[in-house]
Amino acid sequence: MATKTEDYLGITDYKVIGTRPIRHDGVDKVVGRAKYGADIDMAGMLHGAVVRSPHAHARIKSIDTSKAEALAGVKAVITVDGLPLQEDKIKELGEGAANLQHLRANVLADGKVLYHGHAVVAVAATDIHTAQEAVDLIDVEYEVLQPVLTVHEAMKEDAPLLLEDQTTQSLGEDTGKKSNVCTHFRHELGDVEKGFAEAVLIIEREFDTATVHQGYIEPQNATALWGADDQITVWCSTQGAFTVREQTAQILDVPVSQVKVVPMEIGGGFGGKIRIYLEPLAAILSKKTGRPVKMVMSRTEVLQATGPTAGSFITCKMGVDKAGKLIAAKAYMAYESGGFPGSWAAPGAMCIFAPYNIPNVLIDGYEVLVNKPQTMAYRAPGATNAAFASETIIDEICEQLDVDPLEFRLKNSAREGTRRADGPVYPRIGNEECVKTALASEHYATQLDGKNRGRGIAAGFWFNVGLKSSAAASVNSDGTVSLVEGSTDIGGTRTSIAMQLAEVLGIRAEDVKPQVADTDSIGETDVTGGSRTTFATGWAAYQCALDIKEQMIECAAKLWEISADDVVFDDGTFSSSDSSKTLSFKELSGMLDEIGGPVMGRATVNPSGVGGAFAVMIVDIEVDTETGKVEILRVSMIQDAGKAVYPSYVEGQMQGGAAQGIGWALNEEYAYNGDGLLANASLLDYRMPTCLDLPMIETHIVEVPNPGHPYGVRGVGEVPIVPPAAAVANAIYDAVGVRMTNLPMSPGEVLKALWAKNGGNGTA
Amino acid sequence: MPGKVHITTTINGESVEFLCEPRQTILEVLRDQLNLTGTKEGCSNGNCGACSILVNGQVIDSCLMMGVEAEGQELTTIEGIASAEGLHPLQQKFLEHAALQCGICTPGFIVAAKALLDREPDPSEERIRLYLAGNLCRCTGYDKIVRAVQDAASVMGK
Repeated sequence: MATKTEDYLGITDYKVIGTRPIRHDGVDKVVGRAKYGADIDMAGMLHGAVVRSPHAHARIKSIDTSKAEALAGVKAVITVDGLPLQEDKIKELGEGAANLQHLRANVLADGKVLYHGHAVVAVAATDIHTAQEAVDLIDVEYEVLQPVLTVHEAMKEDAPLLLEDQTTQSLGEDTGKKSNVCTHFRHELGDVEKGFAEAVLIIEREFDTATVHQGYIEPQNATALWGADDQITVWCSTQGAFTVREQTAQILDVPVSQVKVVPMEIGGGFGGKIRIYLEPLAAILSKKTGRPVKMVMSRTEVLQATGPTAGSFITCKMGVDKAGKLIAAKAYMAYESGGFPGSWAAPGAMCIFAPYNIPNVLIDGYEVLVNKPQTMAYRAPGATNAAFASETIIDEICEQLDVDPLEFRLKNSAREGTRRADGPVYPRIGNEECVKTALASEHYATQLDGKNRGRGIAAGFWFNVGLKSSAAASVNSDGTVSLVEGSTDIGGTRTSIAMQLAEVLGIRAEDVKPQVADTDSIGETDVTGGSRTTFATGWAAYQCALDIKEQMIECAAKLWEISADDVVFDDGTFSSSDSSKTLSFKELSGMLDEIGGPVMGRATVNPSGVGGAFAVMIVDIEVDTETGKVEILRVSMIQDAGKAVYPSYVEGQMQGGAAQGIGWALNEEYAYNGDGLLANASLLDYRMPTCLDLPMIETHIVEVPNPGHPYGVRGVGEVPIVPPAAAVANAIYDAVGVRMTNLPMSPGEVLKALWAKNGGNGTA
Repeated sequence: MPGKVHITTTINGESVEFLCEPRQTILEVLRDQLNLTGTKEGCSNGNCGACSILVNGQVIDSCLMMGVEAEGQELTTIEGIASAEGLHPLQQKFLEHAALQCGICTPGFIVAAKALLDREPDPSEERIRLYLAGNLCRCTGYDKIVRAVQDAASVMGK
């Protein structure tokens, strides 16, 4: 049972929260001692490798593994027949759900390959080179089918079908119609046509955005040992050890208690390390050989075969009335789901108009199969595509009305009480405060001079999530507290969680020893995703501290032979209500043995008071009109954190999200050739920003407390990636007068737009 | 496959011998044979810099150097940057400036930044950004990394 949760406490004099201690796992990470998934080594360990499809869409006619099996050093070979059959069942994974048959067919192709790089066969051998030689010896015969690579192609009536049994679920009902369109949903608020009829200015445009990858630097990895007692241990780098346990147990058809997942340090995830790929393969190969099996993806495999996030086609129409207020908005959002159903149009639809108070809205969303890897979450999944559409249209409206883009956003801002088109009514939010902070910033007040230079503004929203978290903590005799929690730490959350415990107990952040535990050692905890970890697992740590505090008060009462009601705890000191006796937390910790034994706190939470996050970006750019290259000159991120528990790492999230968003805006895309083969599956050709591409990234943390968290915390991880693509597009327009409607806005695309504007004469 | 080759080299100041196949990179040897797993593998083709090591003081991507090429060279890995006296100023400043999030690129950045500061004790921001452009970080947006290197340079110059 989750413990009862409390709302915002209204504390104003924090001792620990809001400070900048050195993170607990920092030293291990700067000296190279921290153990990531690929750093595992075990006696007798085998190495796995995977045969992958050279085609985007094909039927598997035959698989011949005999030559590979005959190679010295090869210990096991498996195809999909080695994975237990699954029922047609949907399973929630923490940030998105999956059908188990599809999950299995993604782990190893079942009859058909649906994208270039789709796994077909897995092998284990004594070393990685032998495993790779074995891969080359496996003959797979394919019947090549026509690939479908965009939502435009896939939604045509006569489009080749990826999954022959797939029918469209429309507005909650199965249409029975076979199609690549898996889902159609709608959000409706007010009367959109009536709204547009009252509009004095309407802008409508179409947008195409490319498929992009999270680009974490650490490839996926998994090591598994299937013991002779049928206990299975999996070591891997994941955003959620419990979701890996759940998925792996399902695919292996064993009870969850038979699988222990040990989360290693994780080298980035951004939503991409939630679904399993290698874990069940390593487990089955281990079962067949009786030895631990380690599998690590190459970068090519990461790009070809793990979930990138959805490319999309969006049409967006917005209208303003004569008072300059947004009166109606409409969007058609078709998102790629990749080779299997499940995509990000739904969260995109929650975000597309979220920063605004618009009385009449109609949103239609579609999730569509294409011959690309099954899409996965990527930092505010769906929202960047959506904001690129709505925020560039808002910019165009401001231009036509000749109003300041921040003043317009302020005037039309969503605030407490505003209903979002998908239903929720906002509690206290910090949208207006973000816009006001942007307006008051030195950056916005500084005029940008120079030829072909421009400034762009965009806003963004992400709803954030709560979900399950667990924590347990024990008081040490020296007055420190050992904290065990279940959230894998991708960016300093051990510390942001520990700080919330320390605040209650009046001890320093450094006096808490946090660690992330395996699935046998802590209560269930959902993924590090949805910007939930500092919010929800921090809340569990806070509850844990309250539990410790109550027990320590009992101990003091026992020691002093008074009633617990007569013990006061304030700022780390226990005292009797007449102040005659006092003990510090440390002093009392050292006396626990005499009083009755150790003190442990525990908590599980599933908080509902999630606070939505808003952000604004101001970006200055310069366009090289000969090459089309866009240079980023200056960036400011403004974001409502509710309460920034660990400000250095809140800034880090804002800066990192801005950088990823700029990469998405300008360079990043999955480049497929006509046969559906991924042509840029390397970090040379999938071009992420380097430090030479970016300036310093200025941050303004706004703090409008979330009424649904004791310390007012909102999630901070995802929203900063939402505004950048639109902000950069708006800056390009300001600089050179072209409206960019496709992502990425790569040099070639910018040049084409400039040529089109200037009459196609090839000069700008 | 030809037999293994006997290599004698120096790693982090100590003489080391190992046997390796001609097809093995020094990255593989460091990680899988010598248990020096602080050097990370991000791409295997010289584009991310996570595997940066120093060879005779020069920063290289260890995924692009064969194990046999280590014969007679002096190698420094992330494990050789701190000393018995404590962290290197770069390591300390990375901590103070929150210049790491997931930490997978951090060893490579610290090794590359050390190569820079060993040669150029007082680099400009532009020079730091150019020198570190071979190292990808996906978490930080580089701001705090560049500041950490600037601050380390200033501390080391004193």
